[in-house]
Amino acid sequence: MDVVELARLQYALTTIYHFFFVPVSIGLVLFVALMETMYVVKKDEKYKKMAKFWGKLFLINFAVGVVTGILQEFQFGMNWSDYSRFVGDVFGAPLAIEALFAFFLESTFIGLWIFGWDRLSKKLHLACIWLVVVGTTLSAFWILTANSFMQEPVGFSVQNGRAEMNDFFALISNPQLMSEFPHTVFGAYLTGAFLVAGICAVKMLGKKDVHLFKVSFNIAIVIGLISSLGVAFSGHSQAKHLVQSQPMKMAAAEGIWETTPEKAPWAIISGIDTNGQSNSFEINMPIPGLLSYLSYGQFTGSVTGMKELQAQYEQQYGEGDYIPPVKTTFWSFRIMVASGGLLILLSLYGTYLALRRKVEQAPKWYWHAMKWAIALPFIANTSGWIMTEVGRQPWTVFGLMTTADSVSPNVSAGSVLFSIITFTAVYTLLGGVMAYLFVKEIKHGPGGEQEGLEQPHDPFEKEVAHVS
Amino acid sequence: MSLSELWFILVAVLFIGFFFLEGFDFGVGMATRLLAKNDSEKRMLINSIGPFWDGNEVWLLTAGGAMFAAFPNWYATLFSGFYIPLVVLLLALIARGVAFEFRGKVGSDGWRKAWDISIFLGSFLPPFLLGVVFATLMKGMPIDADMQMHAGFFDVVNVYSVVAGLTVVCLCVVHGLMFAALRTEGSLRLRAREMARKWLIPLAALLVILAGLTFVSTDAFQSRGVILAIMAVVGAAAFVLAGYFMKRGREGWAFGMTGSVIVLAVAAVFVALFPRVMVSSLGSAFDLTVYNSASGNYSLKVMTIVSLALLPFVLAYQIWSYFVFHKRIHEKTHLEY
Ligand code: HDD
Ligand code: HEM
Ligand code: HEM
Repeated sequence: MDVVELARLQYALTTIYHFFFVPVSIGLVLFVALMETMYVVKKDEKYKKMAKFWGKLFLINFAVGVVTGILQEFQFGMNWSDYSRFVGDVFGAPLAIEALFAFFLESTFIGLWIFGWDRLSKKLHLACIWLVVVGTTLSAFWILTANSFMQEPVGFSVQNGRAEMNDFFALISNPQLMSEFPHTVFGAYLTGAFLVAGICAVKMLGKKDVHLFKVSFNIAIVIGLISSLGVAFSGHSQAKHLVQSQPMKMAAAEGIWETTPEKAPWAIISGIDTNGQSNSFEINMPIPGLLSYLSYGQFTGSVTGMKELQAQYEQQYGEGDYIPPVKTTFWSFRIMVASGGLLILLSLYGTYLALRRKVEQAPKWYWHAMKWAIALPFIANTSGWIMTEVGRQPWTVFGLMTTADSVSPNVSAGSVLFSIITFTAVYTLLGGVMAYLFVKEIKHGPGGEQEGLEQPHDPFEKEVAHVS
Repeated sequence: MSLSELWFILVAVLFIGFFFLEGFDFGVGMATRLLAKNDSEKRMLINSIGPFWDGNEVWLLTAGGAMFAAFPNWYATLFSGFYIPLVVLLLALIARGVAFEFRGKVGSDGWRKAWDISIFLGSFLPPFLLGVVFATLMKGMPIDADMQMHAGFFDVVNVYSVVAGLTVVCLCVVHGLMFAALRTEGSLRLRAREMARKWLIPLAALLVILAGLTFVSTDAFQSRGVILAIMAVVGAAAFVLAGYFMKRGREGWAFGMTGSVIVLAVAAVFVALFPRVMVSSLGSAFDLTVYNSASGNYSLKVMTIVSLALLPFVLAYQIWSYFVFHKRIHEKTHLEY
């Protein structure tokens, strides 16, 4: 493999890994904040126990999210130095603002929250966790501002041999960002909600602390329903936008080689033949014009195929292969959408149970399904990003800079290989340790009744004991 | 003053803040091995930096981000040029970051020992490597006309850079021990103070050698002789005062003085560099400067407005967090980590 491929492999591995933890942080911290709010409002110990329990899981996850994030901040310069030189003027700004605006907020108030239970008043302590919620969301906003620029470069002009920013406002109101940000954040809430609901399912099956976990489940499943619908709607608007902004990516995601007729059908699956530039079979949804609807919001309208786009791009950008890896893009899109569909169904049924107050009588298969469904949002997140980033190839910045031109010219393949191997080893170890700790904490459960490892230590507990 | 010059100062300030703040938590991290006698003392030390270390590390991330945004060429040349040292730096920071959170989560001795090693290495390697990088940056690296740096092993690792690395480590140890003395109670506090005093001697020796080597290996004193001499004298005074306050048991003042030495040392690097950001050993025409590596004016203007608007809040809540956790930790304090 050459340097470009190695650098891509490293980027893909480390970023996908980082993005296992990011959505969990964003989703769980919201849940912790909601639990603590209920505690402060209702003054019911139950909620505090839950806030502390989910908080512990959140912190274990957050630690890994933070350390894998440090690498992200550095690796643009390390592996993609020509990219950094070319777009740093535009792309660097959101990253710097993210650090200044979001990372300081998160890290400081997380510290205050962890160590502040007996040093801050209840309300101030609650404010700290809400500021962490704000921090994680801002963090997502700024990093996605940077990413949206790569998908749809705006607010710049090419001067002095590089992209220079000339409209900051255009950068933060990028139409791509307007659907990418809600979609990603809903995806993160969905990840958190299903993690919580799945752990509740395990506890329901084992009949441990049912009264505590029932409360968590009820809240989680409602968040799950709202965000699974949110993900679907924002994803749909993203797809509609994509047809305009990156038609090649969308054509690849739908496996469309030839420009379609006016009433374009939507294929559930197709046999993609990349070399022959055609599909060996297509199984269509029996709704005529569905793809037209998904692309334009109406049942007529033809979708341009990859072959025609390739010819167009060759005229526009010169010789070259502008078709991304079609199979990867096609299948990752389908995996994401299918996961999204399943998540909607599971949350609908769960919400029904919660509303009818039948959670404790829920059938066993449902809890088993929910346990496995923890994996679905991770699968959807990962395949969504693969579709987004692989589907953009051969570009790093769409229409402006290719991936092959982005790589550091002075870094040897050996160096990159060394870093891939060491990071992969360390990340694998980290993943194992963290999974072990997660299972341990979940088994241990809230309140620590089983082992009594911890004595009650903070004044809130005494306060409440006094009152009651 | 042009905007790019202002951003040079801001990047310098971020690095100074980083070394001052993370400097003490690197030091405390190393003290878990050098000073603590048992597990409870280790935990007291770790908890003394518990609420702060992550926020301190963000100073480094922000410095990196600010470099990327304000000086893309500096960011690109530096980070791709020092590839392997940075890989090691990142691995060390990764090991250290999770160690604080994970160490207390399982009761077994082997578990704790493994994370203790992570904490020590994770607190020793970063200041060492950063010292190496900053020294070689001043000395000059093979940077060609395309701003690409092609460094060999001995460009990075040599007497000058290793001495610089060790000096930074030593500074962090003393600074960290003073922080521990300031934040703990009982015998740990006294021993931290005593140990800090003992470490002053090797530190003094290293600082003198480093100043001498800087005189020989770089052009710092030719170009900025007067200012650097003044800074050196002030630094020496702060150093002597640090020793004096340690002896008198005035921990707050002593911590302030070790911090001042760090601030002056890091500031001296940036004073010596200006207006260059990276020196080329192949010829001064290839130096990266504040002017040829900066972003455009529009971008810098946006960044200036945003940072000046945010910085006061960031500083305010960080200072507040130190105020919240000003109480000393003793054996009976509840420890989170
Ligand atoms: C829980 C996670 C999750 C779920 C259930 C879905 N997505 Fe998604 N999707 C993501 C998580 C995600 C993501 C990982 O967050 C991506 C990657 C980049 C982005 O903006 O969001 C993404 C990207 C992404 C893109 C590519 C955007 C681009 O390239 O600019 C499209 C078109 C969709 N999604 C559409 C959908 C549709 C129609 C869904 C139907 C239910 C769906 N997503 C479910
Ligand atoms: C967190 C979720 C993300 C994932 C999982 C992800 C995944 C990927 C993958 C798989 C590639 C390699 C594509 C290929 O080479 O075929 C890639 C490329 C890249 N992405 Fe992302 N990405 C994510 C977010 C981002 C964000 C937020 C940014 C910008 C701030 C970004 C910037 C880049 C860059 C610079 C490259 C390298 C150039 C290239 O290969 O196109 N990515 N990403
Ligand atoms: C959609 C993609 C991404 C989102 C939404 C995101 C968001 C976040 C969030 C919420 C955190 C806080 C820690 C955590 O929750 O785990 C975090 C950590 C971090 N992320 Fe990402 N990130 C993304 C991808 C990236 C990329 C591509 C970079 C590279 C610039 C990056 C840089 C960092 C850094 C440096 C940290 C550590 C910050 C700290 O110390 O608190 N992230 N990210």
